[in-house]
Order: sequence, then C-alpha cells, then structure tokens
Amino acid sequence: MRIAVLLKQIPDLVEDLELAPDGTDVDREFLAFTLNEFDDQALEEALCLKDAGDAEVVAVALEEPDVDQCLYTALAKGADRAVKLTGAGEGWIDGHRRSAILAAWLATAEFDLILTGVQAADDLDGQLPPLLAARLGLPHASVVVRVELKGQVALVRQELGGGTVADEELRLPAVIGIQAARQAPRYASISRIRQAQQAGGLEEVGAPATDAGPGYHLVRLLAPEAAGHAQMLGGSAGEVAERIVELIRAKGL
Amino acid sequence: MSNDVLVLAEHRDGAVSDVTFELLGKAREIAASWGGRTVALLLGQRELAGELGAADTVQCAEHAALETYNPEAYEAVVLQALEQLEPRLVLTSTTTVGLDLGAALSVRWDAPLVSYVTGLSAGDGTALATAQIYGGKLLAEVELSGPRALCAVLAGSFPHAAGRGETAPTVETLDATGLLDDLRTVVTSVISPEGGDVDITAADLLVSVGRGIGSQANLEVVEELAEALGAPLAASRPLIDQGWLPKARQVGKSGLSVKPKVYLMFGISGAPEHLEGMRDAELVIACNTDAKAPIFDVADYGTTVDLFDLVPELVSRVAG
Repeated sequence: MRIAVLLKQIPDLVEDLELAPDGTDVDREFLAFTLNEFDDQALEEALCLKDAGDAEVVAVALEEPDVDQCLYTALAKGADRAVKLTGAGEGWIDGHRRSAILAAWLATAEFDLILTGVQAADDLDGQLPPLLAARLGLPHASVVVRVELKGQVALVRQELGGGTVADEELRLPAVIGIQAARQAPRYASISRIRQAQQAGGLEEVGAPATDAGPGYHLVRLLAPEAAGHAQMLGGSAGEVAERIVELIRAKGL
Repeated sequence: MSNDVLVLAEHRDGAVSDVTFELLGKAREIAASWGGRTVALLLGQRELAGELGAADTVQCAEHAALETYNPEAYEAVVLQALEQLEPRLVLTSTTTVGLDLGAALSVRWDAPLVSYVTGLSAGDGTALATAQIYGGKLLAEVELSGPRALCAVLAGSFPHAAGRGETAPTVETLDATGLLDDLRTVVTSVISPEGGDVDITAADLLVSVGRGIGSQANLEVVEELAEALGAPLAASRPLIDQGWLPKARQVGKSGLSVKPKVYLMFGISGAPEHLEGMRDAELVIACNTDAKAPIFDVADYGTTVDLFDLVPELVSRVAG
C-alpha cells in the first residue's frame, strides 16, 4: 500500500496580509509561511494508516517557501519518503495549475491512496482533492474525518454539514480530502527534525510542465470593507464586563 | 452555448436547503439580464421540484445511487446535464456537495470556478464575482468572460426571498441510464447528528469558545462562566477536532446552526465556516485580542480585552 500525502505551504494568517504592488497577490516577500493545517491533518491520518498496517507514506510538495523544513518534519514524524517537485515557479500557484502539476507527477508514480487537506486558505479556484481526482480520473471524497483500509477499498466518513455524515466505500486508487485526522497531529521534536535534515534524503524531481490555470481573470485582491463593524467596548476588563452583563440583561436573560 | 443560469439544488432530510433559494434568486437576476432562463437541477427527491418555482424549468434525475450524495454518481449526472444543457453559468453553494462538485466539474467540463463567492453581477457578456480568500481576510474580484463558468456561493450572501417562486415550474426528466452502473464509490450509510448532553440550538444564551483559549486546561475558565450564566458552552471547529469538547457543541458549517438571543464569543476569529452557523444570532458579543479579526465585522459588540482578564470579571459579576 503506497500512500501519497500532498503538503502545501501557505501564508500564515496570523500575520497581516499586505498586497503586492500589482494587487493580484499577497506580498510574499515578508510573509511567514506555514504548512496548511488541513494538510497536517492529512499527514497524521496517513501516518495512522501506516501505524495500523503495512503502508509506505510519501510526502509530496511543490517547491515553496520553507518547504524543506516541512518535508523534513514529515520524515521526522514517520513518513518514509519526501519528494519535492522543483521549478514550478514562484508566487501564487492556483489550484488548477497545482493539481495539473501534481496529477502529472502522480500519474507516473503508482499510488493506492492520495491524501491531502480538504482545503487551503487560498482556494479561490476550487479545492485540491476534487480538482486532482478529476484530472486523474479517480474516485474521491472530501471533508473526510476517518479513513480505514480494507484490501483495495477505503472506508471513509464524509461530513455533509449540519452534523450529518456519510460512510462511503471507495475502490482504490482514490483521492481523499481530509478535514480532520482521527487524532491530533503528532509532534516532531526539533532534534528529530534536525536528524532528518542531517540524514538528507529529500528527493528532488523537476515539476512536470503545464499551462493549466484557473481560466478566469483575477482583477484584484482587496481588503474587505465591512458593511458594519462591532461597537468596540473599551476600558478595563471590569468595565467591559459590566457592559457585557448589561447587554445580556437587556435581552431579558 | 446558451444564456441560461443553472442552479444545483441541494436538499437535506427531505427539504430543499435555504441556500438553494438564495442561488435561485440570484440566478433569476443574472439570467434576466442576459436574456436566458433559470434552470434548477435536482438529483434524487423529485417530489421537491414543486418548491423550486423560481426556476423556469427543473431538471430531475432519479436513481438509487442519487438518493443521497455520492460524489461519483452526482458528478457523472451533473456533468451529463451540463453537456446537454450548456448553461452559461452554474451556481452551487459552498457546502461539501457544492465545493466537491464545483471543483471536479471545473476540470471535467472545462470551465473556470470561483469559490466562496459573496457577490455576483452580470456585466455585458460577462459575470463579475467577488469572493472571499484567506479566511475572509481578503476579497478577490474575478471576471468571468468565457462561454461557461461555475461559482460556489457562500451561504448567506444573497436574500432567499427572491428565490421562492409561487408558480409551479416545468419539470423535466434527465436520463441517467448507463451513467451509474459501475460506480467505484458506494454510500453505505448516512448518519444524522446524535443528540448530545445539551442542545446548543435551543439555548437563548450561548457562550462559545475558539482557538484563542489556547489549551484544554484553559477551558475551565469559560466553563465556569457558562455555568454561572446558565448557558451551554459551544465551540468552533478546532476545539472539537482536538477532542476538547463533544461534536454536539460545534457551531458552524459542519456542526450546528444556532440562533440564540445572545451569542457570547471568546477567542473565535470568525472564519466563514463558523459564521455560517451563527449568522442568525440576535446579538453577538465578541472578545478577541486581534483587533483585525473578521468577527468584529459581524459582531454587534466587541472587545480586545484578553479573555483571561475579562472572563473572571464576568464571572464575579454574574455569580455575585
């Protein structure tokens, strides 16, 4: 059983997002990048599947800021291999382009199961799992919170919203978009990540060429102008608490 | 190519989802400006077609594999419908179904897709979409000028009244024969939400907590306040995924929708998925140390006082 886990670095949303001069991307020069949190969940689920049986886990990422650290962390956590697809270009790689690059590479490597995060914060042109599955002609399920393997079938639990879930069986190979792993993502200590770095072993492969793109014209990005804004309560914690209690009481509660 | 706008109707528990009416209302507006028709596509549950009167026609497909959402089966039938009907614009919602289908169809039907759309207007031969990106911290303006396009619309973006038609629509049948014979995806069961120890949807006052609480041990702080107020404690998705609180306490898109008289929030930034579950709350009071958190665009009252300073003050006033 070979499992690919697709990882992606995205701007850390804890920071302010400044716009690049042409207005169609965030200014990446000074941004901190971090692993997409849902990809971290996908990695955890893959490692749980490996723990539960006989599986090889391959972490795959495009060359993006701080991606080496991300791939070495995956190795330190227990991934068997880490592959970096290089030369896809700098800046924002949209979902259509990303899925085309990944699909071209995945088609040459035989995987039984492809896991990735259900979504990422810059999914303007769609979410990766269904984009990728459509390109590869594979069955897929997104918003998945549980994966079990039974021979060449994946048993998955998909959230449909409002607390309703569906249990599905997908004939492998398949693409699964993970919302949450069965347990919180494991931790890799700095020393183990450093060990992985010293051991090396990051496989670098040239990203397959593609001219795929979203097909729309992105006019600009802009900061939202809120239709309204909360009335801010200032003052000490005690004064704010006083006001909040009044507001609740005014509602008859 | 036509000038038609097609809406993918969604239903759950035997009822048409509210967002479908939002989409129908917007579809009518755009179709009218292009001189096209509004078409609804309804998979399974043909008996719901009569509710979709805002559409000129409802295209129905029925098959055992379509009774509940099966990604592969839905995709095959919707793709065939799009190839036959050739609409100019397709509207889905940002639910599991809408996002999943939208992206897969974008590739298979070769049409651009814009996700998390909150605004949509018809231009001269184009559609202009405004969409959220980076969790709502930025908006993107996108022009769709090609012969076909897909938009996944965030629930709550458009009024639903315009999508509730009085007249009965023309109902037509889509033939799904042969499309669904050898599916690699089988839905074995659909499970409705289990009742929890408390029903957060029935509460007049809810205390809700998010990632800003930091750790499970810190939950005690807000639990004490909830108890003092006699309010159930709810939470946003990250806390539920951590296993800190049961699933029945989750507010948001994949959890429950709540409409309390007062929604008192601590450490929740206001991601679109969370807002979807609480936008009908009457009075929203948000506490978050990030003055730029999107929740302050939605809340009625806000404060950036640290929750660990504020909550004990609240407890002492309520309990005392």
